[in-house]
Order: sequence, then structure tokens, then C-alpha cells
Amino acid sequence: MSGDLATREQHALELIESVRAKPPRFRESQITMAHGAGGKASATLIEGLFVPAFGSVSLNQLGDAGTVTIDGLGLALTTDSFVVKPIRFPGGSIGELAVNGTVNDLAVSGARPVALTLALVLEEGLPADDLRAEVEAIARAAEAAGVEVVAGDTKVVERGHADAMYVCTTGIGVLDPRATLSTRSLRPGDKILVSGPIGEHGTAVMLARGEFELEAPVESDTRSLWPAVDALLDAAGPSLRCMRDATRGGVASALNELARASGVAMLVREAAVPVPPSVAGACEILGIDPMYVANEGKLVAFVAPEAADEAVAALRSVEGGEEAVEIGEVRAEPPGMVLVETAFGGRRVMDLLVGDPLPRIC
Amino acid sequence: MRYVDEYRDAELGRALAAEILSTVEPGRHYKVMEVCGGHTHTIYKYGVDDLLPESVELVHGPGCPVCVIPMGRVDDAIAVAMQDGVIFTCFGDMMRVPGGEGTLLDAKASGADIRMVYSPLDALRIARENPEREVVFFAVGFETTAPSTALTLMRAKAEGMENFTVFCNHVTIVPPLKALLESPDLRLDGFVGPGHVATVVGARPFEFIPSQYGRPIVVSGFEPLDVLQGVHMILRQLAEGRCEVENQYKRVVPYDGNPQALRVLEEVFTLRPHFEWRGLGFIAHSGLALSEAYADFDTEVRFDVPGVRVADPKACQCGEVLKGVIKPWECKVFGTACTPERPIGTCMVSSEGACAAYYNFGRFAREKVAVS
Repeated sequence: MSGDLATREQHALELIESVRAKPPRFRESQITMAHGAGGKASATLIEGLFVPAFGSVSLNQLGDAGTVTIDGLGLALTTDSFVVKPIRFPGGSIGELAVNGTVNDLAVSGARPVALTLALVLEEGLPADDLRAEVEAIARAAEAAGVEVVAGDTKVVERGHADAMYVCTTGIGVLDPRATLSTRSLRPGDKILVSGPIGEHGTAVMLARGEFELEAPVESDTRSLWPAVDALLDAAGPSLRCMRDATRGGVASALNELARASGVAMLVREAAVPVPPSVAGACEILGIDPMYVANEGKLVAFVAPEAADEAVAALRSVEGGEEAVEIGEVRAEPPGMVLVETAFGGRRVMDLLVGDPLPRIC
Repeated sequence: MRYVDEYRDAELGRALAAEILSTVEPGRHYKVMEVCGGHTHTIYKYGVDDLLPESVELVHGPGCPVCVIPMGRVDDAIAVAMQDGVIFTCFGDMMRVPGGEGTLLDAKASGADIRMVYSPLDALRIARENPEREVVFFAVGFETTAPSTALTLMRAKAEGMENFTVFCNHVTIVPPLKALLESPDLRLDGFVGPGHVATVVGARPFEFIPSQYGRPIVVSGFEPLDVLQGVHMILRQLAEGRCEVENQYKRVVPYDGNPQALRVLEEVFTLRPHFEWRGLGFIAHSGLALSEAYADFDTEVRFDVPGVRVADPKACQCGEVLKGVIKPWECKVFGTACTPERPIGTCMVSSEGACAAYYNFGRFAREKVAVS
């Protein structure tokens, strides 16, 4: 390519970079499935409609949970709804998912989960045994995570107006004094860790739908992340910059959100990312990148370089974190972008997806 | 992953890259077109470009099935999908392609029953499960996917299905390549040939490229090593003064194609006199329609399809991108008015589209990264 062309390309790229860096605007005339997929369309809703409307300082952080301080006591608060289809899948079910998903949003915000509320939207005709099974799953998961269900609500809608059952939760936790986390605290040189193999939950749910005539021994990784967070806080304390629960949109989306929030770049080494062979195989066939597939028991942590080894060791000491590993690092340029060093030896951008090929995964 | 990782081996890639470097003539600039969107996707996804010397330029070709669908056909599809009682099925990528009046995704949100499928057989299954509904499958793609549509139609016929039709938008690869080679504004040194199409039609149909147009073509696979090796084989032909069809993808592509698949295509499809391509206009004998024997399964026969013709938006330069005349980033609206979130042109929609691949995987700031 001639020098002039290269300059023109660079100019075009800079123009695009500046367009990308602008806050997303919500301009659609109606809601489509893409708005719920955790990618770019979701971001237009959150950053283009919700955040400007409510404008609270805590919401502006775009963390997994918000924070409030009452009489000097720092609390984390989160809310979530679960519409996963089917409601039972290998490795878990909607009830267990609801508890762990809520608890994990608190945990990665540096809060010890304490209690949650539960609202159920039930479809007329739902077998009582299905409901009973989910209630038991909720109770078991809550006990395992050390939280109490302290309030609830029930609504029933006509057959066809909901799909079996939806679960809505609110969780509350106490901010841990060891935690000094912020989505805006990432600095060049920080290391990026994942707490284990990725892509299991999304793949398990997708295969459980039976739409692809594909079978693979994949189970959802749904579990409480508080033990992992607890260990990380012990090991890294103030060197722990930020964490994210890599749910809908997967690790790729979590990284992109934080790169934007902190105004930094990230470089991920693809070969270092742990992907179970069965997940890799299913994703290969379906043309999906495991980096974008949902997890329900995996976190991404950003740690100052000097604390990285201890942080990995801490994660590995916890059940479910045995395969925790460093996958890359924070860079300065180009701000807001996540780059991948491919296993093949090339480099590329790993952007937010527009929508999600796999709706209703959680 | 066996049978996959072997073709993504970084060390072999570096070795091939070194061989390529030693094959290029100093001071000469090479323009090589990869015909398929699948190749484009691989090149960006794995950063294959990074392993090539600067003097070897890859130009993206017209072989992306979603990218070549004109806006009018999308509007036709939406018109069918909005009819009462219709279940409209299509591949995921097609849902976001803009017609003159929005996308299938918009039509879905407005109440049309539009479902994403991974195979035409899924559409047939939906038809079986919903005997009271009309199920339409939006068929797109080159000779690669046409046989699966054909087999589905043969099965539908054998089962006597009465509520299943296909909105056929299958196209063939040779006519647009000919059109490209006739185009005066394009100088190419060789072609990375369409591996998947060749699994069906073989490598023989591409002999006209060296014989009539004096350009080498190497039918190549879709893993990063395949593409690199394909480029290397082209450069070697040029260095040795050869000009022929070579087959890099021998593990899948027989030189004469797949006779069974070709027979199936022959039975189910017939060539249209002409078919409109996005950005390229009408190309003679480039599109497939259902044959007389399958007229009962033809959406365009069963339904009142408006047959809309919509001119491409003025700002959109998909045609030039598809022909490789300009790079995606040279388009006036690339990355500003036209993005994967709000695409104007088809090339920005499919993951195989040159613009989407470039935007999503980017050549972004490579130099900046290198120095940071």
C-alpha cells in the first residue's frame, strides 16, 4: 500500500474511532430482541435512555450493582430478571440461576451478599411440580450462597403471556472494606484474569433447546462467585481494580464495557483463554465465538501487575477456580478498544456484538 | 480440536509467511482477490493479513451470499413475511439486512412470525409441526448452500408437503467473476478461489480465469493456513510464470466437483434469465429459480410477491466494495453513517461482509499497538 493510501486509511480509521467513542444513542422506533442481548443495542438503551433519565452517580458507574450508603454503612444493591428458556438445562435451572446471578452481581461489586427478594411471574398452566422444583432449587442455592430470601411476590398471567415462569430478584449486600473497586480505575499494565473456562452456560442452554440437533457434554457453570471474590480481596486487596460477572455477552462484552468506562485499551491473548473442548466444538459448528457466550459462574478481574500472580493463586484455591488464568493486559492505546492477539499470530479488534445470536440465555 | 487446530497452527503460519516473503519480487505490488466472504472472515478473524508482506494486498471479492442480495428482494421477503398465517424462516444474518422499508428484524418486532433457522431442514420441520400455517424459507447463497435447499425441496415433495415454499435467491459464482474480470477499473494479479463452492462445482469451472483472462486461481480452504497457502501458491505461479487453476483444498474439493450435488441442483433449479445483485446490477444467468417440477414449492408462484426494485442508497458503495474497486474504509459512509448497528449496505451486515469484517475485527491502530 502506498504511503498516501496508508495515511488516508489511518485518517478513515481515526474518524471511525471518534464515532465509536461517542455515547450510544437510542434511536430505534421499537424494541427488538437485540436490545436485550447485552451488546451494542443494549448499550443504546442503557446509556442512551436509562442513565440520562435517572442520572444517579452510582448508575453512571455502570457497575453490576449500585451502591448506597446508609448511616455510614456501604451497601450494594442489584436487581435482575431471568427469562431463560428452557427453565431447566444441564447443570442448573432458572431458580438456581436467579440466586447465583443476583449474588454474583453483588460479589463482583465487592459486596458480601446478604439477602434477596424474589418476584415470580408464572404462566397459567405451569405444572405445580415444576414450580416446586424451582422453589427448592432457589432455597438450595440461597443456602449455598449464604443469603436469605426475605421478601417475595407472585403474579400469574394467562397462558401464552409468559413462557412457563420468569424470576425477578433484588439482592442486597454489604460492601467489603477490603474492596476499592471502580469501573474507571483500570490503568495500563493491569493484568486481566478469568476465574476459569468460559462459555459453558450459554452453550449448555443453547444445546438444551434442542434446536440444533447437536449434543455435547456441557453443563452450566452456575455458581456463587462470592468465595472467589473473598479470596481475591484477601490476596490482592487494593491492587484489585475491578471485577465483572461475565454473563450475557460473555467475556468479550465485559472487557469492552470496562475498556470504555476506564478509557483504556486491552490486549487479550487468545491462546491463553481457557475454552473447554466441547464448548469450542459447539461454537465452531455454530459459528459463534466463545468469548461472546454467557457464563454464570465466571468473573473477569483486573489486578495491578505486581499482585497478578497472587490473585491467580487465590482464585485457584477456590472450588470452581482451579483453572483461573491471566489472559491479557490493559494498554493505553487505542482507548476504549479491546484487541486480540490471535492464536494464529495476527491481531484484530474484539468489539461488542450488535445483537446476540442466542437470545434468552439467562 | 482435532481437524481444526492443525490448520490454525501459528508456527506453520510463520513458516509459510517466510516462504511467501521469499517468493515476492522486490519492488512489485501484488493484488490478490479472495473471492469468498468466508475467506474475508478468516483473514480478519485470525489476522492473516499481519503475516503477509506489505507488497501483497488482499482485495475482497463478491462471494458473500448476504451481501449480494438487493434491497428489493428484502422488501419482497418482508411483504411475504407480513402476510397472515405465514411463518417466515431465514438464516440469522438475513434478519438484519436493510430493505427499502426496514429489516426482517423490524418486521418481526412489528408482529410478523419470523424465525431464525440454521438449515432449510429446520424450516421443513417447522412446516411439518404447523400444518395449518404457510412456512416460507428465505434461501440465499451460492452453489455451496443450494444443494441443501434442493435436498430439502426433494424431501418436501416426497412427503407431499403442501404448506412449505422456498423464496429462492440462490446465485452462481461464475457470472459475477466474469463481470468482474470484464470490468476495466480493476487490476488483479490472481484469485484465492471459492473453496466451498468448489466442493460442489469442482475446480474445473474456473479454468476460464487463466485461459481467457490470464490470471492464476487457487481454490482454497477457509482456515488461516489454507488462505496463506493459497496466496503462496498464487505468488509461486506468478514467480514461475505459470497461470493455471490449482487446488489447495484437495482434502475436500474434487477437481470435477460433487456429481451427486450437481444432479440435485439440475433437478430442482433452473437458471433465471437475469438476476439483480446488490451494487452490481443485473447479471445474466446468475440466479437460480425453482424448476417447473418444483413450481408448487415456489414462494414467488404461491404468493403475491410485489417484485420491488429499490435503487441502492446513493451514499452506499457496496458495489465498488464487492468488486474490490475500493476498500471498505474508502466508502464515503463507512463507519460513520454505516455501521454494524445501523447498516446502510449489505456488506456491513453479514459476518462475511468485507465492511463488517473490517469494522468488527479491524485493522485498527495496528501501528499504535506495536509501539505502545
